[in-house]
Amino acid sequence: MSSHFTFFPDEHKPIEGDTTKMNMMQAINNAMDITLKTDSSAVLFGEDVAFGGVFRCALGLQEKYGNDRVFNTPLCEQGIAGFGIGLATAGATAIAEIQFADYIFPAFDQLVNEAAKCRYRSGGQFDCGGLTVRAPCGAVGHGGLYHSQSPEAFFSHAPGLKVVVPRGPISAKGLLLSCLKERDPCVFLEPKILYRAAAEEVPTASYEIPLGKAQVLKEGDAATLIGWGTQVHVLLEVAQTAQETLGISCEVIDLMSILPWDEETVCNSVKKTGRCLVAHEAPLTSGFGAELAATVQSECFLHLEAPVARVTGWDAPFPHVFEPFYLPDKMRCLSALEKLIHY
Amino acid sequence: MSKLIPSAAKLLSGATVSKAAAPAVVASKTNYSTKSESTFEIKPYKLHKLDKGPATSATLTSEDALQLYEKLAVLRRIETASGNLYKEKIIRGFCHLYSGQEAVAVGMRAALRDVDSVITAYRCHGWTHLMGVSVLGVLSELTGRRTGCSRGKGGSMHLYGRNFYGGNGIVGAQVPLGAGLAFAHKYRGDGGVAFALYGDGAANQGQLFEAYNMAKLWDLPCVFVCENNGYGMGTSVDRSSASTEYFSRGDYVPGIWVDGMDVIATREATRYAIDYCSSGKGPLVMEMETYRYSGHSMSDPGTSYRTRDEVQEVRQTRDPITSFKEKIIASELVTPDQLKEIDTKVRKEVDEATKQAKAEAEVGPEELAGDIYYNNLENVIRGIHPAAPLQHVEVVPRN
Repeated sequence: MSSHFTFFPDEHKPIEGDTTKMNMMQAINNAMDITLKTDSSAVLFGEDVAFGGVFRCALGLQEKYGNDRVFNTPLCEQGIAGFGIGLATAGATAIAEIQFADYIFPAFDQLVNEAAKCRYRSGGQFDCGGLTVRAPCGAVGHGGLYHSQSPEAFFSHAPGLKVVVPRGPISAKGLLLSCLKERDPCVFLEPKILYRAAAEEVPTASYEIPLGKAQVLKEGDAATLIGWGTQVHVLLEVAQTAQETLGISCEVIDLMSILPWDEETVCNSVKKTGRCLVAHEAPLTSGFGAELAATVQSECFLHLEAPVARVTGWDAPFPHVFEPFYLPDKMRCLSALEKLIHY
Repeated sequence: MSKLIPSAAKLLSGATVSKAAAPAVVASKTNYSTKSESTFEIKPYKLHKLDKGPATSATLTSEDALQLYEKLAVLRRIETASGNLYKEKIIRGFCHLYSGQEAVAVGMRAALRDVDSVITAYRCHGWTHLMGVSVLGVLSELTGRRTGCSRGKGGSMHLYGRNFYGGNGIVGAQVPLGAGLAFAHKYRGDGGVAFALYGDGAANQGQLFEAYNMAKLWDLPCVFVCENNGYGMGTSVDRSSASTEYFSRGDYVPGIWVDGMDVIATREATRYAIDYCSSGKGPLVMEMETYRYSGHSMSDPGTSYRTRDEVQEVRQTRDPITSFKEKIIASELVTPDQLKEIDTKVRKEVDEATKQAKAEAEVGPEELAGDIYYNNLENVIRGIHPAAPLQHVEVVPRN
């Protein structure tokens, strides 16, 4: 089965200097390598990470840093999250891997009730800011019900957390390094289909990409297309096709941070284009697109030429045999864009 | 053929409840085997907070032996077919094979009664078949076709059947459900026992301990069955568990360790567990020590955390099918020819089902929005589509 998108490598390099070709798995490995090397408090743990984890993001790190810093946990997500919170509260940089984002729900209580509220409820005396929870998310072509979900919207409802989704190797490395330095607990969701499908020339040195900031990947004036993770590549292709077939120029924004999200970049763009389309794989109802649409209509009301469009997964469990019908693919986005233009 | 191999229904009906270890009788019952029954010693059970365990020897009739052998062989063959279909990319996604663990399911099933219920995790192909779903029903589910037991909508991890509550994808999540099933048996007074199966990996999930507590607190007829195959995904039991004596980890819940590679042992232990739980004594933990030949799932070659030699050694010395075969031939309960006949029959059955599972159609795309709710108040299913929302469809008739 061919994948539902074409990967668009980043043209812009965040820093000057040497680069190495890496896929997203290697870029994430590299970010953790840098952190383990430079931050003696950093510890990496999760199910099967000793041999690299199921997606091999931790490959070679146990050999390099020892089994007291890179180690397997039992299969107990609630325990992994709580353990990470304790470790981070005691001052460590705790990198917890949850094997699939679909398995994060046993840890939901720990993340929402413990991690997110730790600083607030102690009156600022304690925090677990050193915690970053990494989890592979999103469609992969054949993942079915429990290996495909995108839970970002659930976590966006928990003030105190930061929620981040990279779109490829360069952004993954920079955003992950930012999360690991950030003094608030972060949920870092890695679109798993990009681990191997995406390769870029990644700067070998350490660099950070700021949290809470979106990136405008393509400038345009006809409509603003907003996505994150894999969906960014779908939208870049939609913009390209719209240019060729409709003769319009769309602006494409990668939101990158879901919580907090970059209202300024989004609203400035929509004020300029007058039209906004948000696309994500998660279901429509209470998907993060709903938050964007509500804010855009309130902040950009007088600039809008059409209601904000959302192109998303259906309000159905992620279907094993119907993945191609479920995803907000290029044709569905393009069709919604045409309606938006001709509103 | 039918004389030799009575229908699965008979094996699974639980009609064979003879308990006493009758002395071996030498009598020629069929043209094929020379003895009609034989008694076998069982590797000692380990007990936790129990004075008395299951019978340490058991008698098989030649009919029992043939039936058990056939089931073992079918399960192995289903998994071989599944592995091949996966390699052909006809099964997509996540697929976990049961090869090596067959004696657990087959022995347990032979002791189950019609009233008992089972819930397991994602290594569920064999269990589903034993609980009454045809080989085609299993394989078609794996290939995502309409003749699959979940209409092709569940896939490898979500197979269901009568009294068989799945097929569950989240590690350990099915275990508290098992306690709920047990409460239902008790509440209804139907005398049934619920069997909740999980792996050694899942044994470290917190919700297991929540389930143990509820089950003991309310004396539920629940057997928590830990299928200890040595590895939770890629981590061996010694690296994941502070205590690998899984049968004792229910603390105040009594437990039994069972040789899960011996189908006679698993059958006897299950009979004992049914007796124990249905007499109102509350739950049991039953550890079945077994082994999986394949990796955790198809994406795991299964060789990065153990040696190929280790797998080979188990295959040669402890294989549940080979060892049972040797036992029943040596005791003259069956002849090699009879087993060959079964092998041929099983191969044909599974091959035909495999072929059909490739040829069947998928369910239509309208079922993307099928059976999400019992009563969908909005009628439609939301999502952005250029033309219209999806119509929610009720595929399975509502009562």
